[in-house]
Amino acid sequence: MNYLWIILGVIFIALSIAAGLIWVERRLLSVWQDRLGPNRVGPFGLAQVIADTLKLFFKEDWVPPFSDKVVFTIAPGILMVTILLTFAVIPFGPEFCVFDSNIGVLFFLGNSSLGVYSIVLGGWASNNKYSLIGAMRASAQMLTYEVFMGLSLMGVVMMADTFSFSEIVEAQRGGWFILPQFLGFVVFFIAGIAETHRLPFDIPEAEGELIAGYHSEYSGMKFGMFFVGEYLGITLISAIIATMFFGGWLGPSFLPPVFWFLLKTFIFIGVFILLRASLPRPRYDQLMKLGWKLLFPIALLNLLVTGAILIFL
Amino acid sequence: MNFFFYLAAAIALISTIMAISGRNAIHALLNLIISLLAVSVIFYLLDAPFIAALEVIIYAGAIMVLFIFVTMMLNIGTEKKIEKRWLNPRVWIVPSILAALLLVDFILIINGLQIPEPVDETLNTKQVGISLFSTYVLAVEIAGILLMAGVIGAYHLGSQKKKVTHRFLKK
Repeated sequence: MNYLWIILGVIFIALSIAAGLIWVERRLLSVWQDRLGPNRVGPFGLAQVIADTLKLFFKEDWVPPFSDKVVFTIAPGILMVTILLTFAVIPFGPEFCVFDSNIGVLFFLGNSSLGVYSIVLGGWASNNKYSLIGAMRASAQMLTYEVFMGLSLMGVVMMADTFSFSEIVEAQRGGWFILPQFLGFVVFFIAGIAETHRLPFDIPEAEGELIAGYHSEYSGMKFGMFFVGEYLGITLISAIIATMFFGGWLGPSFLPPVFWFLLKTFIFIGVFILLRASLPRPRYDQLMKLGWKLLFPIALLNLLVTGAILIFL
Repeated sequence: MNFFFYLAAAIALISTIMAISGRNAIHALLNLIISLLAVSVIFYLLDAPFIAALEVIIYAGAIMVLFIFVTMMLNIGTEKKIEKRWLNPRVWIVPSILAALLLVDFILIINGLQIPEPVDETLNTKQVGISLFSTYVLAVEIAGILLMAGVIGAYHLGSQKKKVTHRFLKK
């Protein structure tokens, strides 16, 4: 396959899934909450996304005069860049990967830790009390969950003996890693929700207490970038769960590998949305306690047991 | 390849200079992050991808977030009066002379050194791990003890009970 087509294909898939998710989420939430959701624009309300995007583009792009203008402007871009870059190392299928890096997992972890800056700087540069509180919560939350997000993946890395995503997929031909690495999966999934600051862990934006948290002052397409960035983050975490624990593009051969990969990804996206529909938001200190006192020891224990089994068996 | 090396090196130098000379604390920290990213690119070009990734994850991704977090909390924004006095050009004379002397010293020493030929192979993670836990195991353990001191210090600071007046947080 032509290299340029792979790059364009990956960007197209990632962005269109993220944009389409706005509609999918609203419709799914309505189904679970016994209402209809957006159903006026186009068939089944599918053109709602286009209408929303057009509206965002035509909104006034307001930069507050009291803000730190340079940082305020680059902050939403950082989020998009870090997440889109990570899609480069994920294998969508055999040979369908932009950059099959031998440090793929580390690349993902590095980019996700750089993504924190977007939220922290956006909140700080807004020069608004609510934004600042949101930014401080975000930095503490994401720094905490990053620690064992990395640790929970290390079990898989030890079993596959590589940091490369495509080799991890190949290593799962004998069986998916979800069974031997179930604890790692649970910890990674919870950490993934916290990293994308989705409900129930949307404490940085907690609209009940902080207006909209770190993006209170954002409008127009800058807000749109945070908005789409969140959906891109969900897609990314789901894709990584599918790759690391559920065999990536592996599947029965009557359908193309890309289909299996997207199917697995979409199942986890659905779980993300279901979580939003069903769980209340914990308090900030409860989130921290859960992270450091429960998930962190579980991740370490998982690492220890996996290492012991790999060495002695 | 050489072009990218010089590009990354130039970015690292410029952003470091801006980090030192900047008067806005957060902007200085952002420049420092860019400098760390540029150093990471240099590591990658030198066939050390593992160190490059660690540079991003640990320095740019974790330590600098903490720096920014503290700077945000203390609300250190733009320049202060005392900093203006420090940035007076006359203060710089003596340190500049001393630094120039050190630079001359450094260049002379480097000229006299026998630089080993660069190894032309990609260092993978396994090799790094094996050498860390065999040749350099002592250094790893000493670093571990050093970090332990930090953990104990943090525990000591955190274990002192604060009086909680919030009705939900009270035990």
